[in-house]
Amino acid sequence: MEKIPILRMGDLLLVTIQVDLYDRLAETLESDLVLMIKKTGAQGVLIDISAVSIIDSFMGRIIGNIATMSKIMDAETVVVGMQPAVAITLVELGLPLNGVLSALNVERGMELLKGKIALKGASFEDDEDGYPE
Amino acid sequence: MKNQSIKVLQGKKKHVLETWMKFQLSDESLREDLMSNEELRIQSEELLDAFLTNLKDDTIDDPKSSAFEAVVDILSGISISRAKQGFTPRETGIYIFSLKDALLNILQQEIKDPQELYVQSLKINKLIDSFGVVTFETFIKGREEVILRQTDEISEISTPVIRVWDGILALPIIGTLDSSRTQVVMESLLQEIVETGSSIAILDISGVPAVDSLVAQHLIKTVSATRLMGAECIISGIRPEIAQTVVHLGIDLSQVITKSSLASALRAAFQMLQLTVVKKQRVQSITE
Amino acid sequence: MTIVREIDVIPFRNRLKEIAIKIGMSLVNQTKIITAASELARNMLKYANGGNVTIEVVSKGRENGVRLVFVDEGPGIKDISLAMKDGYSTGKSLGLGLPGTKRLVSEFQIESEVGKGTKVTVTKWKNG
Repeated sequence: MEKIPILRMGDLLLVTIQVDLYDRLAETLESDLVLMIKKTGAQGVLIDISAVSIIDSFMGRIIGNIATMSKIMDAETVVVGMQPAVAITLVELGLPLNGVLSALNVERGMELLKGKIALKGASFEDDEDGYPE
Repeated sequence: MKNQSIKVLQGKKKHVLETWMKFQLSDESLREDLMSNEELRIQSEELLDAFLTNLKDDTIDDPKSSAFEAVVDILSGISISRAKQGFTPRETGIYIFSLKDALLNILQQEIKDPQELYVQSLKINKLIDSFGVVTFETFIKGREEVILRQTDEISEISTPVIRVWDGILALPIIGTLDSSRTQVVMESLLQEIVETGSSIAILDISGVPAVDSLVAQHLIKTVSATRLMGAECIISGIRPEIAQTVVHLGIDLSQVITKSSLASALRAAFQMLQLTVVKKQRVQSITE
Repeated sequence: MTIVREIDVIPFRNRLKEIAIKIGMSLVNQTKIITAASELARNMLKYANGGNVTIEVVSKGRENGVRLVFVDEGPGIKDISLAMKDGYSTGKSLGLGLPGTKRLVSEFQIESEVGKGTKVTVTKWKNG
């Protein structure tokens, strides 16, 4: 079965969605990602959707879910590279993804995540190792 | 037996053309500035050709017959191009109705029997009248096309996205904001955000005459879409009366960053980008 | 086209995109109609175990558009006006499917009979 790869970069997880999503693929990504956060103790998740041309309510919900789930596992999620047409469609659909952080491109997304993590690190100084295996 | 008027007209084609041209050229409203006489002649000849070739016993009473499709095509083409070139409906009308005059003129000369002349004239009359209707229909269609194109142009030029600073875009909205306009605004703004990699967009609504709940909804949509892209959106140019109506209508703009003027929006944008604007202190720098 | 499995949605979306491009629809409107189609196809799969969809190009005056007709033989919808309300769902989705879809298209029509099935017709004009 098709799967979307999740890359690990330091304490960040990187997901690049290169294919058009369908429901089961999105659901698999959700569960894979949550497992991966647990396994690696990642502090941030970056999802690059610049190649995605369609996001409907189901996939929008999955993205929202991922953000909320990783939040309660103490990882920030940033969605980067949304195409203008997709953004307009989501808003028209009534799904502004309020709880999800977004950035223009991967570079900005990284900056944003690092900023957020640094902020967290400042308040909990010994939290660097994340969860034990 | 071949219909008499058909025979007459087809035989006298050259004569018909000459008469028609004469009528056209003698009309006061002839627009030599828009079309040369030579062009006019070619156009007229082509139309007359198509008309006479297809004028047959079985088609003379039936302007909708498929045999006249070629005529209607040529006529529509002429009519649309005239509409675009700026001819008036009157001028275009005269063009086709002067053909009727020419045809009837020839019939009058050739057919001696008054009864027959009457019948034939009526037939030609009817035929050309129905072509006249086609002319006007297509003429108006041509005009509509011009109007549509201009509407497109207006909506395009009325939403300029300005790059005011590295990473800061401004979009002054002038005029009413309806849903199709909002779509254009959103599209051009988001596209520009992607192209310039800007992280802040300022929507200035000083030029929007009134903000009702629908306009506010459009603004909120634009802000949401900008945020989805990963940029922040500031709305500026909130005049006192706009603030009043917004509150009276119970519109919630609390999720949106609003500023009263473009200047204060720009200041807010600088702050977000952690930029400061300072006055040059030349004297000090020389003395120190 | 028949849609009985989730994977059938992908060729359907691609076909729709091709047609939308062919009539010169703008990218934003393409995205809107495909997203709407995706919502409706999911509904059909979820509530009626699939169904049939036809794509046709329609024109009104000088305006071209795409019309999609979704027909299923599922349980039908009891209260259409309730189903069209934002945030209402019998499944556990966000309840944006039908009302959201309506906002994305130019024309929206729904007919349903309990026990017989549902027919949804949506049209998106090139510039609308």
